[in-house]
Amino acid sequence: MSEDFISPDIHHERISHKSQEKAHTGLNTKVIWRVFWILLLVTIFEVAISFSPISKTILLYTFITLTIVKAYFIVFYFMHMKFEETALKFSILLPFVLIVYLIFIAIYEGIAIGLINY
Amino acid sequence: MSSATTANFETKPWGGGYSPFNVRWGKLYMWIFLVSDAFTFSSLLIAYGSLRHRWTSIWPTPGEVFTHFPFVHGHVPLAYVGLMTFILIMSSVTMVLAVDAGHSFKRKSVQLWLGLTIVGGLMFVGSQAWEWYHFIEGSEEGAFYLADGRFARTDNLEPGVLLFHDGTKIEGAEAEHLKATATKNVHGANLYENEYGPTPLFGNFFFFITGFHGFHVFSGVVINFIVFMLVTKGALDKKKDYELVEKVGLYWHFVDLVWVFVFTFFYLV
Repeated sequence: MSEDFISPDIHHERISHKSQEKAHTGLNTKVIWRVFWILLLVTIFEVAISFSPISKTILLYTFITLTIVKAYFIVFYFMHMKFEETALKFSILLPFVLIVYLIFIAIYEGIAIGLINY
Repeated sequence: MSSATTANFETKPWGGGYSPFNVRWGKLYMWIFLVSDAFTFSSLLIAYGSLRHRWTSIWPTPGEVFTHFPFVHGHVPLAYVGLMTFILIMSSVTMVLAVDAGHSFKRKSVQLWLGLTIVGGLMFVGSQAWEWYHFIEGSEEGAFYLADGRFARTDNLEPGVLLFHDGTKIEGAEAEHLKATATKNVHGANLYENEYGPTPLFGNFFFFITGFHGFHVFSGVVINFIVFMLVTKGALDKKKDYELVEKVGLYWHFVDLVWVFVFTFFYLV
């Protein structure tokens, strides 16, 4: 086996070389400003529709959807996630499936306790 | 070892001799920290959601609570938090620009953008202090626990009028009588009671969630300032490595990300 694989220098070079390549192909100032406008317009839209007479349930799901859209742009562009390795993406994002589960059980628990006590 | 095995090392990401995540440990640790921190914030917001659904009939409407705006006499619901969101998103943009400038070793640009990020962070913390002040101070007349057990709010713009959660209003002599016989008059908010609703939970969650987030922003400003000083001293140029800016950048964007969720689930819905 070649010594290369245990040499920390080579290891370091492989990483930095690749990530530099990605840094140049991924984000640039134009993309950054475009993401900024998306985030700003979505926020303005959210505040604007919060006073409209649309049904509360539709508003709730619209807000949740738009929040996830904003979170996507922040994590994938600002935090550079879009340009990371698939393994890293999944390691970071997959645990949040548990959060979805927690939301489900905690909200239903809250509703159930409310119903029992009224 | 045969050359076939060596080839295997190169093709299989987890075979060794290759970084499967393709990031250095500092950045990976920052990501892992952010996951744990995201879980903490998720727990807080989910606890809020759970208890809000339990007390759904008496929970205050955020759009009626957060109506203040500097130098405006009337009600401008949610505009102020909208502005705070804008400030934080803006500071996130300046942070990406700092990271971007760091990639091409432009020290002066990094200083400029990082400096603007610090200014944005301070503006946000300042805005939050203003928001807390008005939340704690409350309205002139406060809220009343009426003798019949009902809870009624008042509003500076409608003096002498009692407002109920279902939208009904009582004014004039009847309101005066109800106020005079009320069992309790609550002003502003603290951890035990608040004038926005008959449950202390609303105030508790407000202080805890926005406080926890605000402290994150404050820590971020301090960390950004330290990195700003290191950049100014040329420490990162000497190392030929601006990854430190990327790492604090990740933290700063995370703080922005959390605010996006707090904004939706505390203020909008």
